[in-house]
Amino acid sequence: MQKQAASCGHIRENPRFLALVRKRNRFAFFLAALIVMAYFSYILVLAFSPHWLALPLFGGMATNTGVLFGLAIIVLTVVLTAVYVRRANREFDADTTEIRRQALK
Amino acid sequence: MSPSIRFLILAACALATAGAALAMPSVGLGPRQPTNWSAITTFIFFVGATLWMTRLATVRSRSSADLYSPGGGISGFQNGLAIAGDYMSAASFLGISGLVFVSGFDGLIFSVGWLVGWPVITFLMAERLRNLGKFTFADVAAYRFAQRPVRTFAAFGSLVVVLFYLTAQMVGAGQLVKILFGLEYAYAVIMVGIVMMMYVLLGGMTSTTWVMINKAVFLLAGTTLMALAVMFHAGFNPEALFARASDLHVLKDALMAPGGLIKDPVSAISVGMALMFGTAGLPHILMRFFTVANAREARKSVAWATLWIGYFYVLTFIIGFGAIVSLIGNPGPYFVGGKVAGGLQGGANMAAVHLASALGGDLFLGFISAVAFTTILAVVAGLTLSGASAVSHDLYATVWRKGNARASDERRISKLTAFSLGVVAVILGIVFEHENVAFLVMLAFSIACSANFPVLFMAVLWKDCTTRGATVGGFLGLATAVVLTLLSPVVWESALHNPVGSAPFPYASPAIVSMPLAFVAIWLLSLLDRSPQAARERLLFQDQLIRSETGIGHVAVRPHQ
Repeated sequence: MQKQAASCGHIRENPRFLALVRKRNRFAFFLAALIVMAYFSYILVLAFSPHWLALPLFGGMATNTGVLFGLAIIVLTVVLTAVYVRRANREFDADTTEIRRQALK
Repeated sequence: MSPSIRFLILAACALATAGAALAMPSVGLGPRQPTNWSAITTFIFFVGATLWMTRLATVRSRSSADLYSPGGGISGFQNGLAIAGDYMSAASFLGISGLVFVSGFDGLIFSVGWLVGWPVITFLMAERLRNLGKFTFADVAAYRFAQRPVRTFAAFGSLVVVLFYLTAQMVGAGQLVKILFGLEYAYAVIMVGIVMMMYVLLGGMTSTTWVMINKAVFLLAGTTLMALAVMFHAGFNPEALFARASDLHVLKDALMAPGGLIKDPVSAISVGMALMFGTAGLPHILMRFFTVANAREARKSVAWATLWIGYFYVLTFIIGFGAIVSLIGNPGPYFVGGKVAGGLQGGANMAAVHLASALGGDLFLGFISAVAFTTILAVVAGLTLSGASAVSHDLYATVWRKGNARASDERRISKLTAFSLGVVAVILGIVFEHENVAFLVMLAFSIACSANFPVLFMAVLWKDCTTRGATVGGFLGLATAVVLTLLSPVVWESALHNPVGSAPFPYASPAIVSMPLAFVAIWLLSLLDRSPQAARERLLFQDQLIRSETGIGHVAVRPHQ
């Protein structure tokens, strides 16, 4: 347990750890903000101007802007998740492994 | 008790239910279906197969730790399916397709809302939760806080959410059994409750991960088949499907426009908040992040879950429109009195089930019913498990016994809780018979996003959060959400039979009030907290940060394995 505390002390000052936390948080909060904004723009249109979502894509079509907007958000969700996982698997995991190695040696 | 005896009991319960269902005399004038033998045979076959797989999995996992978090060596892909299985409840399948069937476009709001919470979890929470947690989400919230107040809060937060969620599953299962076996609704719900309790108490609890994976595969396969059949009939042209549905539906062109279900701006925003942020406060979902080996696998599992869930929601939307076209186009067998105006037999929640019959006859009806029923069974098992461990692990072992509880007592308390939850859920299931199940689950999300989510989010991400802030703020959010839900139209008017328009809180969901309230209360009370305890907790944030970001210390802290 004491060894644990000592290694925590090391990590706290490890510039690599601080850099990882900073860049991962910046990336993660940015992506989270993107999806929150996309979704709440949908919800706000729905709340205050629902007829914008009922416009036919082309004259006389049943498919409308609302369906397209909704599907676009579903696709965006999957795409942003893929973007995050790709970078995390390649970059953040390598950093974490290195930090753990330094801390535990 | 040996596993094979358990299985025999389970099988006997299933058969007893079926037998009782067939022998039950008709009571009252409610619409009942004639007994459908080939559908029932298929149904029993598939439910039996699922129970069999449960038995196999039970043999595999035996240890005490397995009771709470089965396995531990589950891969990200497998766990992703299990998470999706836990999340794609009867509410998603029966509820969203039923919502689309009744109000068209508004069903899509639920599909989208229930998906967009997932990336937020992936980006901000899943890996941290994995690194900090053990059995329940209370472990995460209690990392640097005083154990007893935080765990007490977490247990109550979990129980309330679980109870609302269970109620929705009961309504779905009750209606399903009602139309399949031709049984009075109240009896159907009681029967379902008995089978569920047997399932959970005698075996389901130790093996929910494998059940979830099986169930997710069944559900995805079944809904894919249905959606393909619907699209085949529409010539694989969504526009043709939407146009035909608008032609047939009583709403006509308004079917494709918003407003069928959510009518005012405040409700729209409130429901939107609940759908998005509720996911991150669901105790049975949060538990699933602890079943993988490390943060990397946790991340992968959430990503896979997001993909499956997104795909599934697109399918439920198609199935809802397919139901409009197939059922309203040929109302005879599916509507009360053979007329659309009479309403769908068994209620709108059954749109997908009737569609199965319309598309593939009795065999497909039996298959889809079995998929829906095992879905409900599995979700109920997961929910009951998380409710039971909140009481036995958090309230009993940690708060009451101060960590010195005997394992056998903990198990007994956990089974007792599971049983009580089942009884209450049956009663609530009868009270809420006429509600849409997706809407009921949305209420569970409203509570989750006002209580569990703010506490978890602030505890993990905000360094100045303290025990007092988290506990008092969390309880405030929880109480506000529950009280406002009771005063909202769905409970006040529909369930308690007060006149329409008399609900003191006129909006569909309390989230718009209770969620910000919880956040502000946690923030303010933490800032005002000048106790020495609070100072220690702020200092501990650095250690928590290191563990949540790197996972260092996680294995060392695991006490009993």
